[in-house]
Amino acid sequence: MELTGKQNIWKDYQKEIADDKYFYVRSCVRQNFFPGAETTFLRILKDELHKDIYEHPCHTTCTGIGYHGDVVPFDTAMTVIARQFALMTEAGYENLVPSCVTSFGLYSEVLETWHHFPEVLARVREHLRKATGREFNIPKNVAHASDVIFKFRNEIAQKAKYKLINTATGKPLKVVEHIGCHYSKMFPAKGVGGAEFPYVLIGMVEEWGGEVIDYPERRHCCGFGFRQYLVQANRGYSIGCSHKKFESMEPYEPDMIITNCPGCPMFLDKWQYAISEMNGKTYGKNGQGIPVFTFEEVAGLVLGYDPWDIGLQVHQVSCEPILDKMGIKYDPATKYLGKNGKYLGVPEKPSVLKD
Amino acid sequence: MADFGYKIQEDRQINYDSNDRTLFYFLKRVEPSISLCIGCGTCSATCTAGQFTQFDLHKIMLYVRRGEKVHIANEIKKCMLCGKCSLVCPKGINTRNIIFQTRKFIHSNK
Amino acid sequence: MSKSVIVIGGGIAGMEASAYLSAMGFNVTLFEKDEKLGGHLLNWERLFPTKRLGSEVLTFLKKGMDDKIKVHTNSNITKINSENGKYFVTNDNNEIFEADALLITTGYDLFDARRKEEYGYGIYDNVITSAELETMFLSGKPIVNKQGKVPKRIGFVHCVGSRDRKVGNVYCSKVCCVTAVKQATEIREHLPECETYCFYMDLRMYGAKFEELYNEAQEKYGVTFIRGRLSEANETIDGSLLVKVEDTLVGRPLKMTVDLLVLMVGFEPSKGTKDIAKILNLSTNSNGFIEVADEHTLTNVTNLKGVFVAGTTTSPRTITNTINDARAAAAEIACYLNLYTIQSRNN
Ligand code: SF4
Ligand code: SF4
Ligand code: SF4
Repeated sequence: MELTGKQNIWKDYQKEIADDKYFYVRSCVRQNFFPGAETTFLRILKDELHKDIYEHPCHTTCTGIGYHGDVVPFDTAMTVIARQFALMTEAGYENLVPSCVTSFGLYSEVLETWHHFPEVLARVREHLRKATGREFNIPKNVAHASDVIFKFRNEIAQKAKYKLINTATGKPLKVVEHIGCHYSKMFPAKGVGGAEFPYVLIGMVEEWGGEVIDYPERRHCCGFGFRQYLVQANRGYSIGCSHKKFESMEPYEPDMIITNCPGCPMFLDKWQYAISEMNGKTYGKNGQGIPVFTFEEVAGLVLGYDPWDIGLQVHQVSCEPILDKMGIKYDPATKYLGKNGKYLGVPEKPSVLKD
Repeated sequence: MADFGYKIQEDRQINYDSNDRTLFYFLKRVEPSISLCIGCGTCSATCTAGQFTQFDLHKIMLYVRRGEKVHIANEIKKCMLCGKCSLVCPKGINTRNIIFQTRKFIHSNK
Repeated sequence: MSKSVIVIGGGIAGMEASAYLSAMGFNVTLFEKDEKLGGHLLNWERLFPTKRLGSEVLTFLKKGMDDKIKVHTNSNITKINSENGKYFVTNDNNEIFEADALLITTGYDLFDARRKEEYGYGIYDNVITSAELETMFLSGKPIVNKQGKVPKRIGFVHCVGSRDRKVGNVYCSKVCCVTAVKQATEIREHLPECETYCFYMDLRMYGAKFEELYNEAQEKYGVTFIRGRLSEANETIDGSLLVKVEDTLVGRPLKMTVDLLVLMVGFEPSKGTKDIAKILNLSTNSNGFIEVADEHTLTNVTNLKGVFVAGTTTSPRTITNTINDARAAAAEIACYLNLYTIQSRNN
């Protein structure tokens, strides 16, 4: 594989990412899926990079899940999004940073629609005015949270306590990167590196010492797909997608998977359990599965944050093999202690997947 | 094994790497004209069986070529061997013989 | 004193038109940007549909080029002025040449396959273009992939950069279907054990003996044709490529690994064509090629008096058609310079 070929494509897809004064909008599902990811992002931006990042207590879902699940019409979605912009305008910010890839895709879709159809924008302004009395400005810059971490990957590397390196062998960890479909498949120019060879996660992994694996089904969807997963009868389709990816990445023996979307890490993590229970197959070494992380969690690990502080105890596939490989110190005894020191309880052991 | 109320969905792709194409190689040997098919569908359009059943000769020939064997044995029975397909084929393929030979192959491989 | 013609572009059309114009008694000056005359023909081993050697055609073209033709190779045109029906052409040596008529034969460039990102050309080791396969044939070296392995299965992807709105080229490049069929059969001759697959949308076998070559490819050479356009190619762990395509005839998606994937790159107006169009203010058509005054009757005439075109400068075409077109352009120019009355039709 010719890396220079990829670099040439990456050059074609550079996007502008604001460097400070962010208005952060959380995902509606990520706090349940991976509770430490978003707080880790805020901690990195505030404490490590000393950025001005603000969250409004009144912001809501972008309706992306409802929109992609066919229950929220586009006009409603646009008006809800207009309200987020109004909150941002009121708070005096211009740079929007959504945590969720689907939100990011939907914000991009809405802005693109308004750009091409100003009459739709006028209508939405009217709707919002009638419903809430609010006015809004269009954001100056929209960057996904992974874009922001990508932008500051070198700064993070400079502060790094650990690297994506197997300390026992000295070799880079082999990392599978998985990009959420809505990050750039709809608007390739809006993603760092475009749609076919997105660079946003690769940039982080390489900067932090790891080595990225390019496997044949890299571009395939994780299978979440909203309607696929939300309807139980369709879940076979959803898990089939993840299964296809695992089968395809298996020969490369990846050490870990890094993702930038709410759904992908959830499904790539949990489906490993379901697959193992259904057909007895696991993908990592020693029956432990391939650990799956969000980019914020990986950044947190690199910066030396306590793994239990960034929420790694709620992962299905155990994170310990990676912690050990990276030489990260952790206290097994505190794994299931909550932030308040109270015992959270230990999850039931799967019958196949080892921890 | 656990029952979650759903299963890992079967892959729908034609797996060209693992499919068995022995029937096609057999037909190529005994009726080389099969290679000339361009899937124009004239045979299917004229086919008597095709007017009343799902039987579709040009598609069956494709399934044979790709090594997709699932329905072939059942489907090929539906042909009435009238020979109209051979009459109309623009590529002059001996479709009737292909059907004969396919049946023979399936029969002898039972 | 006999009238003079400047021909810009020393490929097939430029050479053949120069030969005819010189034979008719005109003073001909031919400019070529590269070191050698012959254009793309220099890089092609064998020609469809007969598989005769490209070098034979080149030899024929050279024989037509008499000593009177002034050939300037390694020469680019930087400026063209016109005054009183005369053209003054400046090259990058700052030499100025005068002519009564210009013939533009700057031709085509092959589509840059990197623009079809999903096929991974320039990234995956074993994705190559039809031109690179031809270079392998020309070199006479054994056909191997990047890993030095003899390929067991080769895929040919038709219409790369042609008939594709996404890359901005809606037109058919006309020669790549039959080139794929030719190359697939040649692979079978070089490597009888190697399976060959053509992934096509339509097979455009319109020329004399094209259909015969296609029949031969199917029956004699066992080339398999799959009607479907590749959605993507991905490198596998051993450097082979997993391709995904809709098998439209079966009506289902298909995947397959191939050891070498050959992209049948189409034609685009060459950089030279675009540059000259800009310098002269020549009209271009919606595909970016030079616009002709009439698609049916004035195919060598442009929007500028005294400026003529031939060959792939106006649209993709075969070598046969390029040679014919060059001769037609020579006749058209002769009519113009000699003021034959038939010229009056053009107005
Ligand atoms: S799931 Fe398939 S049909 Fe739907 S958007 Fe993605 S590619 Fe298109
Ligand atoms: S000649 Fe064939 S491969 Fe080339 S553009 Fe036309 S249809 Fe496509
Ligand atoms: S078949 Fe699909 S890819 Fe091809 S033109 Fe139609 S919609 Fe587009």
